[in-house]
Amino acid sequence: MIRIGRLTPGQILLWLLVLAGAAAAAVRFVWGLGAVTNLSDRFPWGLWIGFDVMVGVALAAGAFTLNATVHIFHLDRYRPLLRPSVLTGFLGYLMVIIALLVDLGRPYRIWHPVVMWNPHSVMFEVAWCVMLYTAVLALEFGRVILERLRLTVMLRITRAAMVPLVVAAVILSTLHQSSLGSLFLIAPGKLHPLWYTALLPVLFFISAVAVGLAMATVEAVLAARAFRHRLELSMFAGLSRALTIILSIYLALKVFDLAVRGVWPLLLRPGTESLMFAAEIGIGVVLPLVLLSVNNFSRSPAGLTLTSALVVVGVVVNRLNVAVTGMLAGSGARYVPAWTEILITAAIVAAGILVYRWVMEHLPIVPAHRAPEGPAAAGAALGP
Amino acid sequence: MTALTRREFLQLAAASSLGVTVLGGPVRTASAARRAAGVGILIDVARCIGCRTCEAACKAAHGFPEGESADLGPQTWTYVKAVRLRTPREHASLGADGAGTRSYKVQCMHCVEPACASACPVGALRKTADGPVEYDAGRCIGCRYCMIACPFQVPRFEWRKALPAISKCNMCADRRAAGKGPACVEACPLEALQFGPRDHLLAEAARRIAADRSRYVPAIYGAEEAGGTSVMYISDVPFEELGFPVVTREPLPSYTWRVLGKLPGLVIGLGATLTAVEAVIRKRMEMQTGEEREDA
Repeated sequence: MIRIGRLTPGQILLWLLVLAGAAAAAVRFVWGLGAVTNLSDRFPWGLWIGFDVMVGVALAAGAFTLNATVHIFHLDRYRPLLRPSVLTGFLGYLMVIIALLVDLGRPYRIWHPVVMWNPHSVMFEVAWCVMLYTAVLALEFGRVILERLRLTVMLRITRAAMVPLVVAAVILSTLHQSSLGSLFLIAPGKLHPLWYTALLPVLFFISAVAVGLAMATVEAVLAARAFRHRLELSMFAGLSRALTIILSIYLALKVFDLAVRGVWPLLLRPGTESLMFAAEIGIGVVLPLVLLSVNNFSRSPAGLTLTSALVVVGVVVNRLNVAVTGMLAGSGARYVPAWTEILITAAIVAAGILVYRWVMEHLPIVPAHRAPEGPAAAGAALGP
Repeated sequence: MTALTRREFLQLAAASSLGVTVLGGPVRTASAARRAAGVGILIDVARCIGCRTCEAACKAAHGFPEGESADLGPQTWTYVKAVRLRTPREHASLGADGAGTRSYKVQCMHCVEPACASACPVGALRKTADGPVEYDAGRCIGCRYCMIACPFQVPRFEWRKALPAISKCNMCADRRAAGKGPACVEACPLEALQFGPRDHLLAEAARRIAADRSRYVPAIYGAEEAGGTSVMYISDVPFEELGFPVVTREPLPSYTWRVLGKLPGLVIGLGATLTAVEAVIRKRMEMQTGEEREDA
């Protein structure tokens, strides 16, 4: 456990944020959401849904992207990225649930969708995906704990369940990532035409795959630096190629969508919406594609990290644009997050960082801590 | 003008298929009437003098605090909105005195296919067979997706409560159960409000428009808006000028159902594909390692 005497100034700041956020959350549970947010009847979803939920889920996409890469496509090269991504995914979903517990009007009824069904509701789909996928990630993460406790028999037994578990993880993620886009399909008169399109679920899914790879890359490089171990360069060449393909498909689809719906002239109107749309595409898609086209740069760890960080920023801006910028345009309301909204968001992120650090130090997440596992061993272990 | 104004935004969002329903003869009215189920309210903007008696009656019937409201709220299920006209037009009841303004009552539209009910993950909002859209606070988790979904911006949230609920007009469920009409309709001194089966109201609206073509605009707001609503308006001033939201004619639930309906197939297809891909690649890798062993 962490002892107070050993806390770095950074950790002290994180702990203070968590405590302050908990205090703000307490205010919410006494005086209501109006006391800590700038939300209103005309703008009922704000920073918490836009960032904590929509961005949180997107940035957790590395878990399913790498699960598919390693366990389904058997691209063993990328195995070092898998566990950190599963950890980020698991923590990410827990953070989303914490945010929802603050944001929901009646958080103690969060289980209601289990027994009260409405299959016509995208939110019903979202609720089930969050529940099931968090459970799947917990099971996958549970194997890390088994390994730490050296319960090798249990590990061997659970290995047989890995393929169905991973298939479930990929299906649930595909549904969940896209459903966060589908949520807004019911608001054609409210979401700005730059973002409202029938393709929202498809665009959300593709960008989730891109940001999953990008997050995994950033994490791997940061972890390698922190724990002083080397990463294989061939892995970066592959990641760089994969990112190029996915971002190209995404950009093509975006251009196609704007052209077919004929709304591209809106981009030429100076204003918040066109500026934010340009920021999202410029920073998160076009600039990374330019950097990726310079081979020597993008295949170096530093180059690919910068490129990946840009993709992450782009997806963050995209999700906030759909949930906040684009919904604000037609609402007739004004909305800037209250400082308490920002504080609670920061507190959840801070808690996530603290837990992430603790887990990285105490559980076998980074490859250096683990016994070598060759492709043959993995293949045999996965067995029929 | 650089930024997109709200009106332009709505026009763009509306694209070609949207817009205020224009009465296009008996065919369209009939098709809308066929969809009609249950009761509704017809509001005649031309007759309304803005006396706010309906608003007071609503508050009294539900035990809400008295007073005039400027917007819907948890304890304001209806209010009367007054709009200044760009070009004054003689008022049916007030004559030249009321030419500069029109008033109309705002409340839940009780859509025939409600976006809120389709959006609610736990079925707290439901279209009753009777016609009105009713809310069950005991199911609600407070996610506020109904507020995002509603094209008329009707559902209200109790922002000042620790454990809040959604709030909106229930077309006086208690009174209807006792065989009475909604409080607002009964209170109106000018018969600007009428309660009854939706298809009767549609016919009555068409009759009034046909009887006084020089006064009424040839449109029934709510005949086809959002796929049809149980609360409908007729007016002597174009609805756009009164600031009525421009809403798609397609029922909003179909926008999300187009995706949700495909999910079972997607789950099965994806599950089968992923399992097969995994097995094929694994087999091939096992064969490769086998060959390597033979070579060695």
